[in-house]
Amino acid sequence: MKNKLETIPFKDTPEQKAQLEQIIQDYKDVPGALVQVLKKAQEVYGYLPLEVQITVAEGLGISLEEVYGVVTFYSFFSINPKGQYEISVCLGTACYVKGAGDVINKISDVLGIKDGGCTPDGKFSLRACRCIGACGLAPVLTINDDVYGRLTTDETVKVLQKYMA
Amino acid sequence: MENMLNIKINGKDYSVPAGTTILDACRMNGIYIPTLCYLKDINAIGACRICVVEVKGARSLVAACVYPIDREGTEIFTNSPAVIKSRKTTLELILSNHERKCLSCVRSTNCELQKLCNEYGVDESMFEGAKTPSEIDDSAIHMYRDNSKCILCRRCVAACQNQDVAVIGANERGFATNIGSAFQAGLGDVACINCGQCISVCPVGALSEKDETDKVFAALNDPTKHVIVQTAPSVRVGLGEEFGMPMGTIVTGKMVTALKMLGFDGVFDTNFSADLTIMEEATEFLDRYTKKENLPLITSCSPGWVKYCEHYFPDMIPNLSSCKSPQGMFGAVAKTYYAEKMGIDPKDIFVVSVMPCTAKKFEASRHEQAAVKGLPDIDVAITVRELARMIKKSGLLFTELPDSEFDSPFGLASGAGTIFGATGGVMEAALRTAHAVLTGEELEGKAMELTAVRGVEGVKEATFNIAGNEIRVAVASGLANARKVLEMVKNGEKQFDFIEIMACPGGCVNGGGQPIVPSAVRNVVDIRKVRAAALYQDDENLPVRKSHQNPDITRIYDEYFGKPGSHKAHDILHTTYTARVKY
Repeated sequence: MKNKLETIPFKDTPEQKAQLEQIIQDYKDVPGALVQVLKKAQEVYGYLPLEVQITVAEGLGISLEEVYGVVTFYSFFSINPKGQYEISVCLGTACYVKGAGDVINKISDVLGIKDGGCTPDGKFSLRACRCIGACGLAPVLTINDDVYGRLTTDETVKVLQKYMA
Repeated sequence: MENMLNIKINGKDYSVPAGTTILDACRMNGIYIPTLCYLKDINAIGACRICVVEVKGARSLVAACVYPIDREGTEIFTNSPAVIKSRKTTLELILSNHERKCLSCVRSTNCELQKLCNEYGVDESMFEGAKTPSEIDDSAIHMYRDNSKCILCRRCVAACQNQDVAVIGANERGFATNIGSAFQAGLGDVACINCGQCISVCPVGALSEKDETDKVFAALNDPTKHVIVQTAPSVRVGLGEEFGMPMGTIVTGKMVTALKMLGFDGVFDTNFSADLTIMEEATEFLDRYTKKENLPLITSCSPGWVKYCEHYFPDMIPNLSSCKSPQGMFGAVAKTYYAEKMGIDPKDIFVVSVMPCTAKKFEASRHEQAAVKGLPDIDVAITVRELARMIKKSGLLFTELPDSEFDSPFGLASGAGTIFGATGGVMEAALRTAHAVLTGEELEGKAMELTAVRGVEGVKEATFNIAGNEIRVAVASGLANARKVLEMVKNGEKQFDFIEIMACPGGCVNGGGQPIVPSAVRNVVDIRKVRAAALYQDDENLPVRKSHQNPDITRIYDEYFGKPGSHKAHDILHTTYTARVKY
């Protein structure tokens, strides 16, 4: 199947595989258990790539599209892994009026990924988040546990370069 | 006696069976309530809110399509100002996110949304604003999806699930919600089986076949091409509807005249090649039955079913009949026997098929075993809707046309060929011939009407005793029903010798290439029954009702193939299949 959305090749361990099989076994005969199964599967893998969704669909006897429809309905589920550096751009009201939209677009351009995406080398992932309570520093982004505030697009690029090295 | 409830609709007294939906209760008493997402037997989710009505005592307006009447004295208002205002606002909101290119839309004048907006006097630019971004998906060979016109009614999703294919669904949420496939793959890249049932149920112009009429017009205007056309059995019962004729009108004669007026050099009947299919398939069946090899034999006329088998039951491929479909057989004999007979280079013969089917477009693209190497058996396959468009564009007044006859040498056909268009028809046709071969005696009159395999039930089973052989048959239409039968066979629950499967519910009469019937009609009329009844009537009226008695068939075997199942017949009339993946 043509797959435009995933950027990272899928790898799993025998342990992860066994855990997923067990989850499916536990819920196979429970009606309406898809969300539960997906939640637990995401706990195992950190995200829900095509291969995991196919296993869930086959295991529960439903179509892949039904699984995918649910995965994309809930923002809690992700089809991309988190990067080594997880970038969260605050799109709360204060940050937004201070230009967070430009900041996130700039990051998208530089890294070539969209909100929710991960770079092919697994280094960076990007997501928009709600207010993180640092409105005084708007616009704000975090990279893992580091906080960067009062950003312009130029400064954003400089911040990224620190992590690219 | 059913439990009847006394209710009031718009202040008048009625009595309806308990549990009837408001929609049905009103419809049976002469009141029409519009529907967009609801479609009988397909989709009942109460999502679009067009069918809202007032129920006295209810907190808000209720969706008539899913509201069961379970209370004595229920009072319903179907046309109160609140109801009309609500429906109008809903329509305006739908239009606010709808690509309003109605003038050039393929569904203009046959669009359920357009009709309602007109009836309710809707202002199409009441709510201007952002539209959900979308791209046209034209990755599939047979159709495209234009989500800018989609109203998210989900009828297509339900139709696809009913077909046990389920490759489309609603993705994302809120304003971004869109109908698509997993991981945003194109329809051409998933295990879609091209049946087109999604198109048939779409109320608007979001889903449509890929129009190939330009290719046909180009060929007709090319003096170097000898352009011939074949029309499938159930085209003659569908085409008239495109010109306002009542459902179930057989228009064979007018159709042939129209095709001749369009400029085709030969107008032939796929019923002829359906007879040819029977000759080959009955022979194949008797051969396998004698040897007890690869049983049950499963028919291969329906290209939607064939692709379903390849994707979802690849282990059953050896059970598929190796016969090309009637469409394929026609193309194959056109480029071999006909080319020789007419002294025309097969390269210059352009074969057009008119089919009730979108999967035939895919079938036409399969070149597993073309009769002439390097040439497609079929050059273009168009749907009934596309033919109607050609006739309209050419200014032919279809209803006023006189009747004419198909051309020779593929113009004669039996009633057995005609009933290919309905579920059970192929089985009945094959058994009429198998009976003659096995017993040396002909079934006559009512005895050849095998009612056990007729009718719209999804699965039919029967046993026929022919010359001391108990032949166990099953007939399934709609792929969810096909799955049921195949699983019974695989787990050993049932044994069959011969199975007929058609992808579309009811068979080709309800094919994805037939005229689109709006929900206002589909909710009260069973298309499958009305169109099929006309085909069975046509069969009854024909002088020859068995494939092996068709003089054109006898001649082609005498002059060309020798006998059914001969080496030459295998080279030209049979094919192979490909196991395909599901993901």
